[in-house]
Amino acid sequence: MAESEYEIDLGNLLAFDRHHQFLSPSSSREEVAKKAIEQGTKLVQTIADALFALPSREDRDGPIVELPAPTTKLPREKPIPRPTPPTTWEKFAQKKGIQHKNKEKLVFDDVTESWKRRYGYDRVNDDNDLPIIEAKATDEVGKDPFAERRKEKKGKVDKQEKNRLHNLKQANKVGALPSHIQLAATSLPITGTQSMPKKISKDELQHVAGMASTATASGGKFDKKLPGEKAPKHEKKYRKFLPAVEGSGMGALEKQQNENVLNKLMSKHSHEILNVQKAVDMYNVKSDKKRKGGGGGGQQKKQWGQSSSSSKLKPNAKPFKKTSHKSPYKGKSK
Amino acid sequence: MMRIKTRRNARVKRELQKLAPKLVETAKKTLILHGTKTSHVLNSLLTEIYHLKKENSVKYSRKNDKVRPFESGGEASLEFFSLKTDCSLFVYGSHSKKRPNNLVLGRTYDHHIYDLVELGIENFKSMQSFSYDKKFAPQMGSKPFFAFIGEAFETVDELKHLKEILLDLFRGEVITNLNLAGLDRVYVCTALSANKILFSHCAMRLKKSGTSVPKMELIEVGPSMDMVVRRHRNPDDSLRREAMKTPHELIKKKEKNVVKDAVQGKLGKIYMPDQQVGVVPLANKAKGVKRERREAKMKGEGHKLSLKKQKQDIINNADE
Repeated sequence: MAESEYEIDLGNLLAFDRHHQFLSPSSSREEVAKKAIEQGTKLVQTIADALFALPSREDRDGPIVELPAPTTKLPREKPIPRPTPPTTWEKFAQKKGIQHKNKEKLVFDDVTESWKRRYGYDRVNDDNDLPIIEAKATDEVGKDPFAERRKEKKGKVDKQEKNRLHNLKQANKVGALPSHIQLAATSLPITGTQSMPKKISKDELQHVAGMASTATASGGKFDKKLPGEKAPKHEKKYRKFLPAVEGSGMGALEKQQNENVLNKLMSKHSHEILNVQKAVDMYNVKSDKKRKGGGGGGQQKKQWGQSSSSSKLKPNAKPFKKTSHKSPYKGKSK
Repeated sequence: MMRIKTRRNARVKRELQKLAPKLVETAKKTLILHGTKTSHVLNSLLTEIYHLKKENSVKYSRKNDKVRPFESGGEASLEFFSLKTDCSLFVYGSHSKKRPNNLVLGRTYDHHIYDLVELGIENFKSMQSFSYDKKFAPQMGSKPFFAFIGEAFETVDELKHLKEILLDLFRGEVITNLNLAGLDRVYVCTALSANKILFSHCAMRLKKSGTSVPKMELIEVGPSMDMVVRRHRNPDDSLRREAMKTPHELIKKKEKNVVKDAVQGKLGKIYMPDQQVGVVPLANKAKGVKRERREAKMKGEGHKLSLKKQKQDIINNADE
């Protein structure tokens, strides 16, 4: 038998033999099983050799050996925990160099001359045990010092709670909330990667309601609106057409519309809106094509095209106002 | 206002902290369950797997018809069970005409299905059918050996996957200190063809040999069967990368600038940065440097300033 090298992973007590071949596929199952056990024995012997070669120390149960780390990597079952960010107090303490001192649980109480707890039941300096509070010169007449003390204490407790909540929120932002704490009105299972459902804002809701209303037959125009609900974001009309009957010929509105367009085209910054050279080239190409295909009508177009190109080079000239050049039969040029 | 939900019971808090993700993970728990129809073979197999992994496994006895690992909707039940029992491995058995004696081994990552392997079980021999001297029976919870035979375990994708899952399933805890007297059991897996393996569980007997290493003898003990790989699902690439990450803290850091010399011992190198003499800011000794004071002193008007201080003192005293 050829010398076969087994891959051994001591950390997992694993041996892998890749060279062994089962030569006869027709052999019965018992034979195959027996051969498998034989080969298994060899593998296990190799692992044991490696194991017993490791330095061992004697214990009452037997020799104990330190195993190396496993070489075959297996996937984790949970995500890697993130370290919690330092709390506000921890940051401050680090900056100032404050060390934490473990305090004793029992404190000697001078009043009762006994050892009392620092906190909890029957503690030192309990507020309820104060029989008398001496008035200071700064105190007003009607104020109740006991109530004052209680209010102060409540204020401190509330502040601490607020700070605690702030620290937990900071930890939650990083994703490092302690495992036994849940932050939310809705309870989610405590796992690593499940995130809180995003809260929808008022504007988003209105927008969505508007979109949903357009699904009705009349486009949401006659829907009853709740008090406070605004009109849908986009008016139904996307194009504005001038009225069919206006005045005589080119009415004021139409004139205004055209002037708006022309001003944009002929303005100083028209190169940003309209690439004149490109428009001219496109037009020339089209007219050339038509000229080749068509007859006399094309020629007229060409003349017009040429004259318009020369006048278009001057930005402030208004060539389109020379309507006499236009042929009456010229329709919409595409 | 956000509410903080904490547990009022310290015991519950401790239990929850046990479920939290850890830097170094402990043994994975296994969930063993079956579907609406199981065969005699599967029943005994599932109970035997449970016995092999008694300490860290949970066995459900009821039928679960909603569990269909390979279908997109049927994983929700499994994920829920995994979450509630904190099990990241599961063994699901079912029997149907199309897939007789079907066993699905699967793993979860963060309680979501990570990967699956579906096996058909043939030629099953239960633990009871083997007779041997009870002295050599392996103890419960002992760390097993693994022997994989056949190059197919590396060349064929499905068998590679199966090898990983079997290792994960039967490995137990990763330990550093091993007692050599307690070596009991071995799982022998032989690749018979591209999709079939022979799986058997044997006890080990250590016999005295001439050298310090004892001679091993394998006695077939536990369940032995042929596993035929039917279907398998590899994990997502991105999920796989995330699951295989080692935490930053556990990667051993290289010690820089340290040399261990045989003669002199441990030597270290310290690199000194260049001293920038001109750029270092001086201490703000404004008192000594202030031009006014200097000039006043030179002119002999220093007592003017002290007069100012006296005036202030008088005013303060008058207040009180």
